[in-house]
Amino acid sequence: MIAFAELLDRLTLTPGRLAKIALLRRFFETEADPDRGWALAALTGELSFTAAKAGLIRQVAEARVDPLLLGLSYDFVGDLAETVALIWPARTEAAPPSVTEIVATLRSRPKGELPGVLSSWLDGSGPNVRYALLKLITGSLRVGASARLAKTALAEFAAAHGQVVAPDDVEEVWHGLSPPYAALWDWLEGRTGAPDAAGAPVFRPPMLAHPLEAGDLAALEASAFAAEWKWDGIRVQLVRAPGGERIFSRGAEDVSGAFPDLAGVLPADAVLDGELLVVRDGVVAPFADLQQRLNRKSAAAKIVAAFPLRVRLYDILFDGAEDLRALPFVARRARLEAWLARHPSGRMDLSALIAFGSVEELVAIRAGTRAASIEGLMLKRLDSPYVPGRPRGLWWKWKRDPLTIDAVVMYAQRGHGKRSSFYSDYTFGLWREDGELVPVGKAYSGFTDEELVRLDRWIRNHTTRAYGPVREVERGLVLEVAFDAAQYSGRHKSGVALRFPRVARLRWDKPFEEADRLETLVRMIEG
Amino acid sequence: MPHPDTWLCVRPEGLYCRPGEFYIDPLVAVERAIITHAHADHARSGHQAVLATAETLAIMDVRMGEGRSGVSQQVLVPGEVVEMGGVRVWVQPAGHVLGSAQVAMEFAGSRAVVSGDYKRAADPTCAPFVPIACDVFVTEATFALPIFVHPPAIGEARKLIASVALFPERSHVVGCYALGKAQRLIALLREAGWDAPIYLHGALMPLCAAYERLGVRLGALRAATGEARERLAGAIVLAPPSAIADRWARRLADPVTCLASGWMTVRQRARAKGVELPLVISDHADWPELLQTLDDVGAPEVWVTHGAEEALLHAIALSGRKGRALRLLGYGDDGLEEAA
Repeated sequence: MIAFAELLDRLTLTPGRLAKIALLRRFFETEADPDRGWALAALTGELSFTAAKAGLIRQVAEARVDPLLLGLSYDFVGDLAETVALIWPARTEAAPPSVTEIVATLRSRPKGELPGVLSSWLDGSGPNVRYALLKLITGSLRVGASARLAKTALAEFAAAHGQVVAPDDVEEVWHGLSPPYAALWDWLEGRTGAPDAAGAPVFRPPMLAHPLEAGDLAALEASAFAAEWKWDGIRVQLVRAPGGERIFSRGAEDVSGAFPDLAGVLPADAVLDGELLVVRDGVVAPFADLQQRLNRKSAAAKIVAAFPLRVRLYDILFDGAEDLRALPFVARRARLEAWLARHPSGRMDLSALIAFGSVEELVAIRAGTRAASIEGLMLKRLDSPYVPGRPRGLWWKWKRDPLTIDAVVMYAQRGHGKRSSFYSDYTFGLWREDGELVPVGKAYSGFTDEELVRLDRWIRNHTTRAYGPVREVERGLVLEVAFDAAQYSGRHKSGVALRFPRVARLRWDKPFEEADRLETLVRMIEG
Repeated sequence: MPHPDTWLCVRPEGLYCRPGEFYIDPLVAVERAIITHAHADHARSGHQAVLATAETLAIMDVRMGEGRSGVSQQVLVPGEVVEMGGVRVWVQPAGHVLGSAQVAMEFAGSRAVVSGDYKRAADPTCAPFVPIACDVFVTEATFALPIFVHPPAIGEARKLIASVALFPERSHVVGCYALGKAQRLIALLREAGWDAPIYLHGALMPLCAAYERLGVRLGALRAATGEARERLAGAIVLAPPSAIADRWARRLADPVTCLASGWMTVRQRARAKGVELPLVISDHADWPELLQTLDDVGAPEVWVTHGAEEALLHAIALSGRKGRALRLLGYGDDGLEEAA
């Protein structure tokens, strides 16, 4: 548990992706079985304990610590687990529990014994281990390392053992494994072949599209491509196998629990790729509606009824046990259509193919997408196999042209990691009718490194007030901000929020009084 | 026998000994000041007469310019009594930074000790705290919450060296206060076996040189400013806390941002400052040291100057002693908070 606690501390504070991977890899190399497997399960969110709650932590702490001192300390720290980890009176007679012991104990002991067990664990541990322990048992690790990052580290770990394993290879078997992952370590360390998912509903890494740039358009061969609308929902993978059914997000997260209305959506074994949307009377609702259904572990009946879901299918990866991914797009499309014809459903439909004869025609179709409240077009090579990752030239996403406004920089904040010495995040505003400048959004991309140096200098030289890490600046710098859409929102004082804002141009030349007015932006809101 | 509160009082200028006609660590220029240590919030410039240890006077000269601490300087030698207006005054080491001292005062049969800032943990760069039995003990309370239990500092130095081994292509930049913390960290690194040159921000150099002149060996030190980026890969670089995530740090090789401070005990503090490797190294007594010190000096009455008074006063009351908050303002600011 000591090594695991150190790993958590380091991951929490390390901003760099490569550094996090290095920390994880070293942990996998140095930690023994089965502890490293249970730790991996905890890191990837595969462990959850229900018996240990914040109330239990408070209860055991109050039995050991003066309540006034506990309260004052909690006020200072602001996090109960951390307060208790720090304040717990040291005793050294016992050794800290291993991750394996923690898992086994929490699964087997009755709830009534937990306070005693937890107290003795805390007695045997130092402050960092106590913190990791409390976070682990309450299921709130949040170390800023995604499950994908752990899989990338596993692939690098395998490379150190002379194995050629890609993160996607780990992904493909992941959901068929269970902690402490003996079969996984055997494979990664070269003792056996890849684990057999054997009928388990596993995630298949999705195929992603490149944004279409001007040069790509010029080279585009219209007759080699199919076109679809670009749907503004979230990408999901529907999986049914003899071992069960799952709905996965694009990032391999099992999100089945959030969408009970999609339980049993697949009447036969298959792996389908599609877009999750809120659809009412055949009309796709704005993304804001779908947001009401996201980031929930479960869903109340009222929410389910108010925001009806539909999966718009665009690809088929498996039909039964048959892997179709090597087939060209046209063939998979025919199989998808045939599959849906065999298994008609009110909860799924097809993403239509758009007829076109030439690139010029496509350009015209795309030009109409904004008026039709559609995000853009997807172009897929007719002969493209289903390749995980983002292979070049096979699938293109071609978003509608962004909208732009000229906005005034109001606040700036420092970035993270390599940008931590630069003011690189800018809150910008527009003029309201009463002459007040009101914030409408925040952008932190779209400029070059050279431009960032100049922006940083400007912010420092024009700061009027500092609030912790945030600087308020003089009015004087105008940004041309590009964004995909505007919507009503309570997040900003202006009542409007932007989707995908980024800096399109620095308007050093433009007087700030001539920046856009809020009403201009309000007129851009769809629907 | 008059109680110390009849002859030791809080004035707007600071803590004042009435019969001795001197202040201890006054916030403004005064006629006569005894200075416990040379940190900027305790040692102000422009007094008429300044009394302090030889090391503190030497460090004040470095920081303020020779003779700027006051019109006249008088060296206080630990253990040697000076009489002022019927008050017997002497100093003893406080273990905080080089030259730091507690001020003991005896008047008409009662004794008060003003600790200044202090710590009890071992520090190779300064003399250890000497407990003085007294009737009233005046203590700081910077880390007076039971969450503060500083780990052995040598372990934190080893943690830093282990991180350099893990990321050999990156610079490790450690934010540390220029007086005391920087030199202690260097000495700890030497103790932990780090023999390579240690690179310094310009602001740390004069005080490191002063420590060396005063007999504290720090090993090979180099200026980080002007050094090629490649040379700083795999190096340990010390800088003031304000510089570690600012423009100055851009010269370093993909730096791992570290901060040496007692506040680094609390993760949220580290996170909020963008610190990648927090090092819990403090110049101040932690909670167990504060309580231990109260036992060691045996004072039936304790006055608390600055910090988390409420928790300490509660603990003082629980132990059957009398406690009092002095509410002295002006200490612990001046950028020291992040450096403590």
